[in-house]
Amino acid sequence: MAEKLLKYADAVAKYDPVFGLETHVELSTNTKLFCPAHIEFGGEPNTQLTPVSLGLPGSLPVVNQTAIDYAIKLGLALHCDIAEWSQFARKNYFYPDMPRDYQISQFDKPLNGEGYLDVELEDGTVFRVPIERAHVEDDAGKNTHVGGADGRIEGADHSLVDYNRAGVPLIEIVTKPIEGAGDRAPEIAGAYMRAIRDIVRALGISHARMEQGNMRADVNISLRKGSDAPLGTRSETKNVNSFRGIEKTLQYEIRRQAAILDEGGEILQETRHWDEASQSTAGGRVKSDADDYRYFPDPDLVMVHVTKEHIEELKAQMPEMPHERQKRLQKEWGFSDIELRDVLNADALDLVEATVAAGASAAGARKWWLGELSREANAQSVSLEELPISPEDVAQVEQLIADGKLNDKLAKQTVSGVLAGEGKPQEVVAKHGYEVVSDDGALAAAVDQALADNPDIAEKLKSGNMKPMGAIIGAVMKATRGQADAKAVTKLVMEKIKG
Amino acid sequence: MSQATELVKLTAAQMAAKIKAKEVSSRELVDAELDVIESAEPSIEAFLHVSADEARAQADAFDAKLAKGEAEGLPELAGVPIAIKDMIVTKGIPTTAASKILEGWVPPYDATVIEKLKAAGMPLLGKTNLDEFAQGSSTEHSAYQLTHNPWDTERVPGGSGGGSASAVAAFESPLALGTDTGGSIRQPGALTGTVGVKPTYGGVSRFGAIAMASSLDQIGPVSRTVLDAALLQEVIGGHDKRDSTSIPMDVPALAAAARQGAKRDLKGVKVGLVKELAGEGFQPGVEARFNEAVKLLEGMGAEVVEVSCPRFPYALAAYYIIMPSEVSSNLARYDGMRYGLRVMPPAGVPQTAANMMSYTREAGFGDEVKRRIILGTYALSAGYYDAWYGKAQQVRTLIIEDFAKAFEQVDVLISPTSPSTAFKFGEKMDDPLAMYVNDIATIPANLAGTPAMSIPAGLSDDGLPVGFQFIAPQKRDELMYKPAAALEAALEEQWGGPIHQSLKTPWLESLNK
Amino acid sequence: MPTFTREEIEHLDDLARIALTDEEITRLQGELNVIADSINKVQEVASDDVPPTANPIPLEAYLRPDVAQTPLTQEEALSGAPRAQAGMFVAPQILGEE
Repeated sequence: MAEKLLKYADAVAKYDPVFGLETHVELSTNTKLFCPAHIEFGGEPNTQLTPVSLGLPGSLPVVNQTAIDYAIKLGLALHCDIAEWSQFARKNYFYPDMPRDYQISQFDKPLNGEGYLDVELEDGTVFRVPIERAHVEDDAGKNTHVGGADGRIEGADHSLVDYNRAGVPLIEIVTKPIEGAGDRAPEIAGAYMRAIRDIVRALGISHARMEQGNMRADVNISLRKGSDAPLGTRSETKNVNSFRGIEKTLQYEIRRQAAILDEGGEILQETRHWDEASQSTAGGRVKSDADDYRYFPDPDLVMVHVTKEHIEELKAQMPEMPHERQKRLQKEWGFSDIELRDVLNADALDLVEATVAAGASAAGARKWWLGELSREANAQSVSLEELPISPEDVAQVEQLIADGKLNDKLAKQTVSGVLAGEGKPQEVVAKHGYEVVSDDGALAAAVDQALADNPDIAEKLKSGNMKPMGAIIGAVMKATRGQADAKAVTKLVMEKIKG
Repeated sequence: MSQATELVKLTAAQMAAKIKAKEVSSRELVDAELDVIESAEPSIEAFLHVSADEARAQADAFDAKLAKGEAEGLPELAGVPIAIKDMIVTKGIPTTAASKILEGWVPPYDATVIEKLKAAGMPLLGKTNLDEFAQGSSTEHSAYQLTHNPWDTERVPGGSGGGSASAVAAFESPLALGTDTGGSIRQPGALTGTVGVKPTYGGVSRFGAIAMASSLDQIGPVSRTVLDAALLQEVIGGHDKRDSTSIPMDVPALAAAARQGAKRDLKGVKVGLVKELAGEGFQPGVEARFNEAVKLLEGMGAEVVEVSCPRFPYALAAYYIIMPSEVSSNLARYDGMRYGLRVMPPAGVPQTAANMMSYTREAGFGDEVKRRIILGTYALSAGYYDAWYGKAQQVRTLIIEDFAKAFEQVDVLISPTSPSTAFKFGEKMDDPLAMYVNDIATIPANLAGTPAMSIPAGLSDDGLPVGFQFIAPQKRDELMYKPAAALEAALEEQWGGPIHQSLKTPWLESLNK
Repeated sequence: MPTFTREEIEHLDDLARIALTDEEITRLQGELNVIADSINKVQEVASDDVPPTANPIPLEAYLRPDVAQTPLTQEEALSGAPRAQAGMFVAPQILGEE
């Protein structure tokens, strides 16, 4: 655990990182890649199987049209060459969660060939990530380790295998070695992963929830002395399943490898693991010739033929890509670059859009999602989407404010009520009797009282010094237990001092 | 029980006619066959499992349907019983591939061909023996029992489908299904005096056929006559969306071709005698019967010419790379996790999943299967892929080219099915290569996906059956059925009846007592 | 020309997950080298420009509509399991990643 690390700044000053990402994205098809078993997250174990996905003797795979179409759409979004003829190949290795003890993947004839993805960094710089391929393959089942500490593989005495996930279609997007990233390697990796996530969601081909394992990445990295130096030995960190994890893996590996190279050591070609708890990668298995996967064309499957006409049909169905959409929304909403970036960084674009669609102003929607609600989500360690409040609820609160029925304070209380499960905003308002005091008589009396209690302030106001207005408003608020509308109070005060 | 012994000697087509004429019920046929099975099995051992109860229930259900007039539109063979090679998955009936590793496995689904047989009202008599995972040419590699050749019970019935061939030859069943990867239907057919057909690759669904070598495997009929095989192939054939290698086309009119052939007019039919599939290595008695049969074809008006397929001598080598490569991958799933045998490592060896798999496979697989898995694992390994697997796939292209050129000149190709007649138990068990050479004439058709069939050509000097092979172009199975039926008719005229009249059947006599 | 050394076969039995005995390895080495001799013939005939054939019938894949069909029940799925627990298949201790 106590591995030597160089300071990040020193490491990237001395060495040039070259990295690559292999991203697995689970496709949200109705059925599996090679059989008509329905896919559902979190079903009873071993209930989403046909003889094919359980690998029973005699069963045969048949390719799912929708999985191929989804993969082609992603290929189009990543500017890949779509192969007219592609082929499935068997990757042979034994593992208890693999029903056939081979994975059906693609080898020398992938569906999607070379492409690229332009990713925008925080400061607006655009970096082009070269794509090697994006191929289709099937997922394995899930092992639950029993008998050891906290379900980890180490120390477990046996494992329980649920094959429900076996056969779920995956796309593996493989980048070419990414060069020229320098000290921004982790940032580029994170931005690239987020861009992939946004694209697959926009295409509607994956739920892309990292926490459910819909998306995970293997991170390769090596260091070299300079951009002209030959590539160094690389490490591969497997199955990193959060954006932060990917960024931190790269940071850690750069620091770790730099420290080894500094001492004249050699980097082991090995697979490693990102450990969230210790915020470090741990050494795994050294790559050996045991990784001889004996790929060969799957003789149970024939070549997949994609016609130009079909590609055109799919092209016509392509939705607006995330980047274009962001630009369009920014314009529609009149957000500055910084405002838009804040929304994007908070993963709130969809939510703001839905809130605006439900009738709120763009500024109002942004204020809620990036303010109060982001704080709440942080406090609860959940995503904004997981908060028990909908864009429609937020729009309703905004409407109540616009109608003068709630002031800021009451609006916040209403939102708290919705979050607490007390019902829709109207219901919360009704339940607590939240209402701005708009009865002019009661309010006028409170204003009179406040001015009478604070004669010096009343004098200042009369003389045209409006600075102490807040104090009067505060006093009125206090007297009305917060239910006064500040605007109405101001209006009344102005009338009084003029009168 | 003289009626039972009469009944079981009928051809499947004759049985079907009697059912239609209400002269016999499906149940009576099933009972007759079950009697013969009981009497014959001690000396033949063709069956690994007899599904008597299921067969009777299926027969009764069919008879009831027929009585209600609901059997209209069913295939001609409706109600005729059949035996199934234990390489084909049957729901609720144990399926083992003759391997210890699948002992006790009861599949939760039916193969497509089984669904079709059930829909046709054809009762399943049971599961027949084979070389483990269909790997062998003598059925001696079965993990359970030796199946005996009814013509000489000291000899092998061929393989891998020795059980199906012996069952049909011994009148235990009029029909059976086999699987043919390198000759596993045709060579046992030759050695037992029965008809065995390997349809065009993709002509019959492989869904539910336990995979040995996926690009070579094909399910096909085993019968005593050419017409019966044609009728059966029409039942089981056709496109299946559950098999990606299934050809999207209807079954050709095979029975019609067979019936036409029985008229013994072969004028206009061009037959090619494959130069490379004769001569050296072929038993003189086999060659003699073959040559006589060729004369009969000519006598019926066929034009017989010699054709050369110069790359055929490389077929065996290509086959013994492609087949084990696919075997090594197809048989990976037998790992002790989901079904079948599990053997934990001995004390002192870490009790891990990986070791469990290794000890399960060590204990569960026989020698021949292990040999092929190791060979195939090697052939696919990174360092040797190009030299072996890659080259073998190229040779496969050349074999297909040879066939294409030959079929530019002729309609159908012929050769002896097997270089020798049935050999004695143990004779070739210690010499894998000698065993492999048995399939020299049958393998090219598997590599090229062409249909091929073996029919009896008579008895060799040793009194044992000889097989005659026809090979037709891909998707043109009907082209071999016509001359095969013609030759069968001509030979039976010469013999004064079917070849089985020369077969001694003490198990039938004992039933008559 | 590919040949089988003892180490090679030991490596292969590891790749293929078969715990071969010493006697089996010895016997296999002899047999496989005889077979290798014979099948090496494939290298004599095909020039490099010959395309490989993976499947004898030229077909393009039928692509299935994404419509669910009735799956196996959990009971059917587990019916052949050498060991099962809580609706799942039991694996002995799993070491390492792959």
